[in-house]
Amino acid sequence: MELKDIIKPENKVYSKSPVLTNKVMHYCPGCSHGTVHKLIAEVIEEMGIQEKTIGISPVGCSVFAYNYIDIDWQQAAHGRAPALATATKRLCPDKYVFTYQGDGDLASIGTAEIIHACNRGENIVVIFINNAIYGMTGGQMAPTTLMGMKTSTSPYGRTEELHGKPLKITELIAQLEGTCYVTRQSVQSAAASRKTKRAIRKAFENSALNKGTSFVEVVSACNSGWKLTPVKSNEWMVENMFPSYPIGDLKDR
Amino acid sequence: MAEFILMKGNEAIAISAIRNGCDGYFGYPITPQSEVMETLMVERPWETTGMVVLQAESETSSINMLYGGASCGKKVLTSSSSPGLSLMCEGLSYLAGAELPCVVVNVVRGGPGLGTIQPGQGDYFQACKGGGHGDYKMVVLAPNSAQEMYDFVDLGFDLAFKYLTPVMILADGVVGQMMEKVELRPVKPRWSDEEIKKNFKWATTGKTPDREQNVLTSLALDAAVHERLNHKLQSKYKQMETEDVRFESYMCEDADHIIVAYGCMARICENTVELARNEGIKLGLLRPITLYPFPTIEIQRMVPQLKSIMSVELSAGQMVEDVRLAVNGKIPVNFFGRLGGIVPSPHEVYEAFKKEINK
Amino acid sequence: MALRGAIVVDTEKCKGCSVCLVNCPTNTIALAKEVNSKGYNYAYMAFPENCTGCTNCATVCPDTCITVYRVKV
Repeated sequence: MELKDIIKPENKVYSKSPVLTNKVMHYCPGCSHGTVHKLIAEVIEEMGIQEKTIGISPVGCSVFAYNYIDIDWQQAAHGRAPALATATKRLCPDKYVFTYQGDGDLASIGTAEIIHACNRGENIVVIFINNAIYGMTGGQMAPTTLMGMKTSTSPYGRTEELHGKPLKITELIAQLEGTCYVTRQSVQSAAASRKTKRAIRKAFENSALNKGTSFVEVVSACNSGWKLTPVKSNEWMVENMFPSYPIGDLKDR
Repeated sequence: MAEFILMKGNEAIAISAIRNGCDGYFGYPITPQSEVMETLMVERPWETTGMVVLQAESETSSINMLYGGASCGKKVLTSSSSPGLSLMCEGLSYLAGAELPCVVVNVVRGGPGLGTIQPGQGDYFQACKGGGHGDYKMVVLAPNSAQEMYDFVDLGFDLAFKYLTPVMILADGVVGQMMEKVELRPVKPRWSDEEIKKNFKWATTGKTPDREQNVLTSLALDAAVHERLNHKLQSKYKQMETEDVRFESYMCEDADHIIVAYGCMARICENTVELARNEGIKLGLLRPITLYPFPTIEIQRMVPQLKSIMSVELSAGQMVEDVRLAVNGKIPVNFFGRLGGIVPSPHEVYEAFKKEINK
Repeated sequence: MALRGAIVVDTEKCKGCSVCLVNCPTNTIALAKEVNSKGYNYAYMAFPENCTGCTNCATVCPDTCITVYRVKV
């Protein structure tokens, strides 16, 4: 069988979601952000909620998420996305509202906002990208940076005396009465990505059921920040991040 | 037949918000303005007009909730007092940069720092000169009565949506706390979703196939694009300066001297004018109602007839700088102020005025 | 019954990150020796006869530049 007999519209089994724009992403090669953006777009497409979804983008690499997912967006100040989402969802309860936040945004400067939004049980979705580093500003230590991990502001490795231990924010979020679904996923493989997509879909479905806040952490790779190749950084993530940030549901009710 | 109710200035803000179609209030308790949220919680407008009222975890969150609500084309309001406003300055800068409308009430207390819960006017610079980072301004309305607290909520929303900008109601502890007769104006209903979609094409109402996505951001990394955004903001501020300067003159027609005062100090200085007139001194009062845009042109118009101007404030001298800029050295500009929450009497102001003109 | 597949890579969007390569169960994909206008060695079907159209490569592609086709033969 010739290739031209296979490459026909009727044989197409996977293509770019129309909810993704045609812009080339500014992310580094192999960056997990792109994969997660795609999964969100696919969920929005499959649920048919493009006209009803409002995204809140953070400060950090994914500040430009609005360039890639073709929905209405609000761009928040650093860490404040859950406050924007709170008001948006309360004022427009028929909308699907999600924040997309990195570890610096959510677990450092925005801890008050995320904890209180989750504790109030706002009917929003939180997508939390944890790559243990500040990507946009050039690889500084994040609250989730692993012990011993070298970054530009922990050049000799993170130590407990100097920096304290990594903040397990997702475990903390799971304790809050307002959250209905708290899960930790990843996107380094096709199987992991498919599971993450199911988690994102469940989170969006929850928000329509007024069950409270759904929180999806995606343990991610930042190969530029980690100074590894994309493939090596995925391997490093599985080996080093997963023991500290184990994959799976923390809460589902 | 007009309906009058006796209420505090702070209560007037709350009642006015409900009656003027406000969609959401987000706030955090702080003296001397906590009655705003307390009144809203007692009134439960979510059961009548559908207005959302939420106690946020901080002023930082309140102002960012306004960013979210304003992005949806909703009429959103917050109130606080000086230390809370300092926390909101980040959000105000983002709101101004993203060109989002909202009304923010500051019932000013004495500063700096935790300061005092007594009234003050020391936040003039913060309100009128930006406060947050970057080249932005916002309309600043200075009420001097419970009635104006009521009326400026509606006026504030009109101006906020006219210019797509945050508007501040810069009150003080006296205006917030004093009880006065307030006339309830006719009710304005909240805007429907259809009205918002039709009138505010920029709002995040959900991307439909007939339009491009709406993105509300203050970010522009391209230098040329960012300069254009700034020029657009500056042209709005120029427009405010020509179309929306508001002030009130009291016995200024034949005045040899005028006092410039706003808020509660303007009420007090009206009596100072009468004290002077009783002694044959032709003193008048100019009360800026918009502190930004400032009534610069009106002051310049009056300068040729005047021998001196005195700015009277509950601060160490902030508005006086705008008076001096308007006068531009042509006549003496004097200043009298009290600090720490002390509100001077008309006599005290009059003595200070006489001391200056007899120098 | 066997599955035959094929992928089409948007070579201009591809950044050559190789995540598709390592996720391909049939070793179909390799990076081209040529580069695109950004200077990236883009992914391509080096061994088209291996492809089963499983979509793993497209699922993990961060830049969504792979379209997958599949037929039953």
